[in-house]
Amino acid sequence: MHKVFEGISRRDFLKYCGYVASMLGLSEFYVPEIAQALENAAKKPPVVWINGQTCTGCQISTLNSRKPTAADVILDTISIRFLGTVMAGAGDLAIKTLEDTIENEKGKYVLVVEGGIPTAENGRFCTVGEKDGKPITFVEWVKKAGKNAHAVIALGTCSSFGGIPAANPQTKVKPASEILKGTPVVNVSGCPPHPDWFIGTVVKLLLFGKEKVVAGLDNHGRPLEFYGKSVHDNCPRRHWFEAGKFVEDWNDPEKVHFCLFLKGCKGPHSFADCPERHWNDGINWCIGANAPCHGCVQPEFYKDFAPLYERMPDVSIPAIAGYEVSADKIGAILGIATVAGIGVHLVGQVMTGRLGTGGPREGGGEK
Amino acid sequence: MPDKVVIDPVTRIEGHLKIEVEIEDGKVKNAWSTANMARGFEILLKGKDPRDAQVVCERICGVCPASHGLAASQNLDSAFGADVPANARIIRNLIVGANYIQSHILHFYILQALDYLDVTAVAKYSGSDPSLAAVKDKIVSLVQANDAYPLTPRYEPDEFFVNDPDIVTLAVSHYLQALEMRKKAHVMLAIFGGRMPSYVSSVPGGVTVHPTVDKIMAFKNYLKEFVDIENDDKGFIKDVYYTDVLTLATGPLLPLGTLGIGKAHGNFMSFGMFDLEKSGDYTNRFLPSGVIMDSKIADVEDFDPKKLSEDVRYSWYTEDSGGRHPAEGKTEYDLEKKSAYSYSKAPRYNGEPVEVGPLARMLVKGDKTLLDLATKHNIEPGGALARTAARAIECLLVAKAMHEWLNELTQNLKAGITDVCDEREVPNSASGRGLVEAPRGSLGHFIEIDGGRIKNYQAVPATIWNASPRDDKGVRGPIEEALIGTPVPDAKNPNNLVRVVRSFDP
Repeated sequence: MHKVFEGISRRDFLKYCGYVASMLGLSEFYVPEIAQALENAAKKPPVVWINGQTCTGCQISTLNSRKPTAADVILDTISIRFLGTVMAGAGDLAIKTLEDTIENEKGKYVLVVEGGIPTAENGRFCTVGEKDGKPITFVEWVKKAGKNAHAVIALGTCSSFGGIPAANPQTKVKPASEILKGTPVVNVSGCPPHPDWFIGTVVKLLLFGKEKVVAGLDNHGRPLEFYGKSVHDNCPRRHWFEAGKFVEDWNDPEKVHFCLFLKGCKGPHSFADCPERHWNDGINWCIGANAPCHGCVQPEFYKDFAPLYERMPDVSIPAIAGYEVSADKIGAILGIATVAGIGVHLVGQVMTGRLGTGGPREGGGEK
Repeated sequence: MPDKVVIDPVTRIEGHLKIEVEIEDGKVKNAWSTANMARGFEILLKGKDPRDAQVVCERICGVCPASHGLAASQNLDSAFGADVPANARIIRNLIVGANYIQSHILHFYILQALDYLDVTAVAKYSGSDPSLAAVKDKIVSLVQANDAYPLTPRYEPDEFFVNDPDIVTLAVSHYLQALEMRKKAHVMLAIFGGRMPSYVSSVPGGVTVHPTVDKIMAFKNYLKEFVDIENDDKGFIKDVYYTDVLTLATGPLLPLGTLGIGKAHGNFMSFGMFDLEKSGDYTNRFLPSGVIMDSKIADVEDFDPKKLSEDVRYSWYTEDSGGRHPAEGKTEYDLEKKSAYSYSKAPRYNGEPVEVGPLARMLVKGDKTLLDLATKHNIEPGGALARTAARAIECLLVAKAMHEWLNELTQNLKAGITDVCDEREVPNSASGRGLVEAPRGSLGHFIEIDGGRIKNYQAVPATIWNASPRDDKGVRGPIEEALIGTPVPDAKNPNNLVRVVRSFDP
């Protein structure tokens, strides 16, 4: 058992296991199994968390975790060997801990890669630390730490798919999975990712092992528990979409709770459990604030979803009543049934005069 | 030969930073600050729909996305010619205010406290407070398990490390509490913001959310945990954060303040923050705009946006990218440049380096609490300790004012004022400007629109001011200057260097 659980009452310990179960979307039924797994763990798993072209938002979002709390995560859940915002050490001292973990705990640590990985100009656009007076590029760190890791998590859309920095063609940003070809990478995307998605994935790794986690990924490498459902299909405003009622002017308090599709909502193309999980202790979420989903969990974010406030082109997921479409199936369905669902739906609205004709999606999908 | 010390990465900051210093006779003789990461927001926004800038720019900084969102929104408001309704102005103030609270608490406890607290002193705690005893047990169990990461490794403690077991144990318990409270500030923010980091409710012309009684009440209830103005200002900010800062600043850390460690040029600037009447009007803000030069803190000049410029002689950008006002700024990499050592440009006001952040804002405001504290205890008003004190003082001020803003929102609701957004078409050709204050300092966004698309977007974030490299005249940036003279008795454990750098909250 973790040393850190010693001295904690059995009741509190089981309560902790209960939180873990609920985060993973498991029933209370699994609490004994989780307790057993945590008790069997000899020590906290070492975690090496390196950040490249990042805004640090992934770290801040993780600190927003409800249960386990940020303090639980930092002190009890994982052994943080390297993490920019919380570690005491700096400079060579921090780099040495990073290198020691990579060398001495080969195959044992979890590598978290945050931020884009710029590869242009031999990686010069992001360096972390130096050796013999020469800066070490972030891409070198990803390769070095990735080689010896037990498991690799790409945290956030930048390291999962390229994200916003990838929209700059000059820096040639690559996702972690491309740098670490051959090594399975678990993508926990989102700009930022929800804290539960990340901590849930880490806990699942601890409880069920890497193979189970890797077996449960969608075709974008994301854990299906969190990214398996369409935002659009699970949106509480879906009925307004069906009814053809759309937000057109944010200033109109009578209509601001309608569907946000015309405001550019990328919900129909996005897969995450935001509609159920909500954000920041569950108090709200993007659509709850009458803002469109920007599709921040998707590989298309940002460049291929631009312009964000223009409605998606009339090609999208067909609305199949009562059928949950996962990201894996979308490609296939899109191929067969192109102009269906939203397209047909909107045409109907325009014809009955309830909607003006919006222009086509300009600039979208620019490459 | 002077000793050379390089700290790369400087940790417990937002993003990436390298510091290099030369030490002679135990003191810093020269210093260089290097931003060693570039994403190129200004490049990737070219040709995009202007409305996207608000969403994209929030990702410039994950600690202060609210401020980048506001700067971009005001930038677009002005370019679109929108007349932002009062409700939107207030809601944006509440959103950014909530993130000020979050950011300042995060900085003191999570980013900075480990520079001053000898956490191992907790083991010697012998008091009877059960919650503090639990903190002791927790830390001791980590040490015994030989797994005290990420609290170790660390630089060996020096004379400014606090090792009184009672003070340290209390402070560590506050560190854990601070993690919860900073999270709660984000929960509060999300009531109007949708979520955080990267809130979603600000758009050109206003906001997407409408004030309702339940939202206002929920916000107020969270805010009361930070400061309750109807109950003697009780709450986390005054009773814990502010009290801890004062206890340390006037007690064990006072010598840092009286020695004036971490003083930069004595130039301070604020764009002003929290619009009181008209959105975007920097002359009428709760925290005023203004400029102080040469430490003349009684002599606050009016801020003039025309006096902004950016140099690039020491930055990895082409010569043509430099010497420009940011409204006509240019961002073009030149990685072969021999003189360059940073991806940061060198922004200047009237050609001079200026420090930005809470200390600059409190000095420009002429804040009596800060000035009295400095006078009474002989603390250098431009130094690292004053920076930390100013941040706590400002946090309390802003949190208290947020109650007033909530009341204003309630009054509007009662009066039937419902407007939240003046939506306009994307203009074919226009230019705009958004000047605000992020928790860590002055933040400017500039846009030029042509053919309904972004022709040029320039952002000058707060830390670019403070962590700036040398300018074309060879004058050091504020952090570089603040490091000069800093005592480094042990080059292997350069505690004072990271203290000075982190006092800016980069």
